[in-house]
Amino acid sequence: MDKTVITVVGKDTTGIIARISTFVFEHNANILDISQTIRMGIFNMMMIVDTKAIDIPYDEFIDRLKGMSSEIGVDIRCQKEKIFDMMHRI
Amino acid sequence: MINIEEVFETTNMISHDNLDVRTVTMGISLFDCISTDLDTTCENIRQKLLRCAGKLASTADAIAREFGVPIINKRISITPISLIGASCCHTPEDYVKICITLDRTAKELGVNFLGGFSAIVSKGITPSDRLLMESLPEALAVTDNVCASVNVGSTKNGINMDAVKLMGEIIKKTAYRTRDNDCMGCAKLVVLCNAPDDNPFMAGAFLGVTQPDVVINVGVSGPGVVKTAIEKCKGKSFQVLCDTIKKTAFKITRVGQMVAQEAAKRLGVQFGIIDLSLAPTPAIGDSVADIIEGMGIEKCGAPGTTAALALLNDQVKKGGVMASSYVGGLSGAFIPVSEDAGMIAAAECGALTIEKLEAMTCVCSVGLDMIAIPGKTSAATISGIIADEAAIGMVNQKTTAVRILPVEGKDVGDSIELGGLLGRAPVMPVSRYGCEEFISRGGSIPAPIHSFKN
Repeated sequence: MDKTVITVVGKDTTGIIARISTFVFEHNANILDISQTIRMGIFNMMMIVDTKAIDIPYDEFIDRLKGMSSEIGVDIRCQKEKIFDMMHRI
Repeated sequence: MINIEEVFETTNMISHDNLDVRTVTMGISLFDCISTDLDTTCENIRQKLLRCAGKLASTADAIAREFGVPIINKRISITPISLIGASCCHTPEDYVKICITLDRTAKELGVNFLGGFSAIVSKGITPSDRLLMESLPEALAVTDNVCASVNVGSTKNGINMDAVKLMGEIIKKTAYRTRDNDCMGCAKLVVLCNAPDDNPFMAGAFLGVTQPDVVINVGVSGPGVVKTAIEKCKGKSFQVLCDTIKKTAFKITRVGQMVAQEAAKRLGVQFGIIDLSLAPTPAIGDSVADIIEGMGIEKCGAPGTTAALALLNDQVKKGGVMASSYVGGLSGAFIPVSEDAGMIAAAECGALTIEKLEAMTCVCSVGLDMIAIPGKTSAATISGIIADEAAIGMVNQKTTAVRILPVEGKDVGDSIELGGLLGRAPVMPVSRYGCEEFISRGGSIPAPIHSFKN
């Protein structure tokens, strides 16, 4: 498994999760976990996906996801899960 | 599995608190480049650097991209050049030629700085060391990306006062030679005591003779993250404060450890150490002075500052040591005046003086760093400042350093703009009383009694 964490922060609008899930599905990444919360009116979403079997190069996958930031009007980040594991797990 | 709170804690550290990995530094031994011919030596050095570090910058960029953590600098540290040039350099100009080779190669490789144009002279100066030291004003004026250092003392060897005297003169000459460029040459030159062999940070980085052929050392940072964390424990006891810093330092260091492991694996070289340092930048919110002020000191430099810095330094180490198997380098908090917005403000309003900074260097990881002083300051006074710092390092068995800029034609009230990570330096007052007679004695100060441990 090759886990990547996608985070989305921004103004809540309809269809954010739908658009990101569709992109993830279209490129054969598997959603392992998803959670969202609204903090002080700001939409926060985290999605953990397995990118082992994606049909495009990993760099292109993250570039295109980040590219959706301006389209949707939110901030999208894409980071390998290891950075979170290292920081929060002993 | 990781939860949403943890994920956003990490992303906030990166996006709001300037969390970054300050430097991935590749140490490269140049012993196999030695020859008796200068041109051959230069070519050997160039080829070895290109061979070992060809993929350093691109690998660090790829890691930064995949893990979403900025890696600010990609750097190289090399064997002290006075050892490499000993058999082929016969004049200071020969050393300048090596320095130009290093500079060109560093630019070709896309690294920010290359450190190790250095001499280790704590017990004595070899003819090669002297030539390198004499070449410094010209070498640092005609190059951009090479950093130089001279180690003038150690707890084991004492302080070489001849070298201290010479370096006072060299710093003055370097400032004069780069006077049209805000004496930038001096920003790339540091005089050390107890210099570590594995330091990834500039300007004092070099790869000591104890080190492997090629090694990856990583310097972490994160003053902004610590500052944000301690804001949440305002009014709480020291126990809570210490605990908060320790936990934060652990998290920061783990990121550095991960980057170091990835870089070493991808480049196929040995992982050396993590340097647990809080290295500020001129960016707002990325300041060590702000942390000290966040602890309850009205202005950095006020009474209580040294204690606050001691506490900070110790907790950073305690948290960091738990997070990495191999720690080294300088490890602690840096207090470079020009590179820290809070320090600049404190110096400008008179809260922070050179004398207070000297006291602070007793409890943090380096020394008097990036301090602009009046251009009229004499070479002997600069040597006196170096000797004081070296004495603190020697007696306390720690690294100390002086990176000081006597700015030609400027005085207290003026400031210089160095740009980028080097920031802006207000010219700070220096004692008007001299030490010429002391500095001119010749010889060395013996090692302290507690160095005899065998």
